Amino acid sequence: MDIKLNEDQIEIARQARRFCENESPTEYVRAMFEDERGFTDEIWGKMVEMGWTAMRIPEAHGGLDMDLMDLAVILEEMGRTVVPGPFFSTVLLAAEAIMEAGSGSQKEAYLPGIAEGKIKGTLALHEAEGGGDLGHIEMDARPDGDGFVLNGTKLYVPDAHVADFIVCAARTESENVSAGEGITLFLVDPKAEGVSVSLLPSMDGTRKLCAVEFKEVRIGAEEILGEAGKGWEPLCRVLQRGQVGLCAECLGGAQRAMEIATEYAKVRVQFDQPIGAFQAVKHRCAQMYVEVESARSILYWAAWAQDHGNPEEAVLAASVAKAYCSTVYRNATTSAIQVLGGTGFSWEHDIHLYLKRAKANEVALGDPVYHREQVAQFIVG
Amino acid sequence: MDFEFTPEQGAFKEEFLSWLKKDLPDDWDPTRYRNLDSTEEWARAHKDFQGRLYEAAYAGLHYPMEYGGQGRTLMEEVIVLQTVATTCVELRMPGVITFGMAAPTIQYCGNEEQKKEFLPKMLDGTHIWCQGFSEPNAGSDVANVSTRAVKDNGHYIVNGQKTWTSFAHMADYCILLVRTDPDAKKHKGLSYLLLDMKLPGVEVRPIIQITGEQDFNELYMEDVRVPVEMLVGNEGDGWRIAITTLMFERVIGDVTMAAVYQKNIERMIEMAKQSKRAGKPVSEDPIFRQQLAQAYIEVMVLKYHGLRNLSHQISGGIPGPEGSIGKLLWSEPNQRITEAAIGMQGPNSQIMGGSPWSVQDGFWQYSFLRSKGNTIEAGTSEIQRNIIGERVLGLPKDITRVARQQ
Ligand SMILES: Cc1cc2nc3c(=O)[nH]c(=O)nc-3n(C[C@H](O)[C@H](O)[C@H](O)COP(=O)(O)OP(=O)(O)OC[C@H]3O[C@@H](n4cnc5c(N)ncnc54)[C@H](O)[C@@H]3O)c2cc1C
Repeated sequence: MDIKLNEDQIEIARQARRFCENESPTEYVRAMFEDERGFTDEIWGKMVEMGWTAMRIPEAHGGLDMDLMDLAVILEEMGRTVVPGPFFSTVLLAAEAIMEAGSGSQKEAYLPGIAEGKIKGTLALHEAEGGGDLGHIEMDARPDGDGFVLNGTKLYVPDAHVADFIVCAARTESENVSAGEGITLFLVDPKAEGVSVSLLPSMDGTRKLCAVEFKEVRIGAEEILGEAGKGWEPLCRVLQRGQVGLCAECLGGAQRAMEIATEYAKVRVQFDQPIGAFQAVKHRCAQMYVEVESARSILYWAAWAQDHGNPEEAVLAASVAKAYCSTVYRNATTSAIQVLGGTGFSWEHDIHLYLKRAKANEVALGDPVYHREQVAQFIVG
Repeated sequence: MDFEFTPEQGAFKEEFLSWLKKDLPDDWDPTRYRNLDSTEEWARAHKDFQGRLYEAAYAGLHYPMEYGGQGRTLMEEVIVLQTVATTCVELRMPGVITFGMAAPTIQYCGNEEQKKEFLPKMLDGTHIWCQGFSEPNAGSDVANVSTRAVKDNGHYIVNGQKTWTSFAHMADYCILLVRTDPDAKKHKGLSYLLLDMKLPGVEVRPIIQITGEQDFNELYMEDVRVPVEMLVGNEGDGWRIAITTLMFERVIGDVTMAAVYQKNIERMIEMAKQSKRAGKPVSEDPIFRQQLAQAYIEVMVLKYHGLRNLSHQISGGIPGPEGSIGKLLWSEPNQRITEAAIGMQGPNSQIMGGSPWSVQDGFWQYSFLRSKGNTIEAGTSEIQRNIIGERVLGLPKDITRVARQQ
């Protein structure tokens, strides 16, 4: 048993902290919050130079073949400064989907490009009637020769407006199948005929969400990602990685929210003393610390379980972590605003950026209610 | 990063488990929360069990050989305690103060004679210890103790009253916080004594707690003559010793608690499957399922946070005030978990053990009531949050408190 970051990971974290602070300061985050595209090629290029887009990609496809834990260290730092842009959608959703489900030629076609930062992708999963549940995939894919025809609407698709490809989950069989069966993953070109992408007015402007509509979109056999009808299992593994990745972001954000509140509590004087001397404030800060450190312990477990644990433990840990860490982030930002008083309610103070990201992460890839039910299925049956 | 036991540690766990299974009486029921009824029976069973652990070389694994330990690591100790926690925690319980506080205090702060005299007898089950810190006017403000110890001819003459003294009615010895210098500043005038409970002038009076049982007591001392050899550290060191030694074994407590709770969650799930609401198993109700999952999540938080701290400590890290997190992570969740558990029983939650209508023999009714003490004992939640706020996060003290201390 050895539950701490290794030397390399500590160094990765240090570099990532410096990068995020220098390259993604609040001016950049705020500009991108208002910007439709949501990132600049310059910053994207620098992330690529750091090797971040290549970390998880196998060496055979031009990547660095690193652990999820290594990437989590970076995501924590990105969460800490609310870094905007399509990193999460590309690296954790789209790339993992291709790694998990893709054929040899599909991997070769996409992974080197992702590693080099040349192509970006995303995952289209949610539908209007699924709510916070991830298993509700009803979009119709009709067989058509050796391919399929897609019809329907996917919602809350992150960064689809800047994606070069979309991994879309749809139902290719609906008769006599259980919820997880009959799901197929498709590689869709957002510019293909019948596909239309529109930006949704998301609360967290640093994480762009889109509606993607499909009208009679013809998908050829070579664009079926993996095997038809067998998309659910690899998709679940992709979602777990994503969930753990989000937990790392949540941790970084929550930690920063705690620091912001604590620093302020030491200097803001009311009734002749720093407000941090009042227990109502002090205990809020202490509770943030308790939860942040707990979230760190749970994140490490969940990331380790993805890299080295057995598959059952990995599924369970991802849901435990997602329910817990996202709640911790939400609590921390809510508490921080209270400590900051009127300042915390202003657009000018950065804390709202954290609150909004916390709320985005809370519902992304399964909300806490969904994940608790997943845990219940695991422990209760 | 690694969350697993080494193969050797895994094998050690198996070996211990099979020893334990053979050791426990045939009619021992690990699902019952009380197998032993009277205090005498309980104390006896604890001492016998500890003695057998010692004989089999499973006691005090991380203590040095010369003091009766096994000279192994904290990890082996944790493996044993986790296993005990999930099979026969009741047999260990009267030793919580002995092993959680008295032994580490003597190990880290005692002198050679004290270590030689007391540690082996703790580890082999001869002695149960209790903790005499709290007094009627020194609870959270424990530095306010007024029990006096006056030096006289090779002895300290001790007079005063302690309260909430857990297991004093079973105890052979007591770690006692006393005031030796009434003129020094509050924290500076305290000393730390080892009190033989059989000395003349020591009187233990039971206090009945919220559960109807008696686990703690009032402890009265009238002209008790304690030999000066029973002083730990120097005169005036009492406060420092009291707070620093507590931190060392805390992590063991956290991971052991996690093991106990994990067992409890299994029991809760079983209960939810058997209990009905509107004719259907509670375990199928979406709201109660959320509660079951939340309970499990909170136990995982305690478990993995405890393991992370343990791993830090084993690799040489010094435990600090951040240990207060663990206290909060085992006390507050246990209140939420037990509350949820009796909530699943609807009106039957009123029915204590002992009736054909009792659920799991009243385990959750008992646990719900007992958990109310969790956020009070070993430093209240408010005190833990003060410690974190002030000593970890560096937030200022309240000015009224600063003024008083000047
Ligand atoms: C089950 C159980 C077993 C125990 N066993 C032992 C034992 O073996 N040996 C022993 O010495 N003691 C023991 N105790 C005593 C325990 O340590 C004290 O009860 C505890 O420290 C609180 O002291 P108090 O009861 O006097 O409450 P008080 O200190 O009077 O506290 C009352 C309330 O005021 C709050 N409060 C007090 N000070 C502050 C502050 N500065 N800031 C904010 N809030 C504050 C507290 O948090 C609490 O909510 C035990 C207690 C319990 C419940």
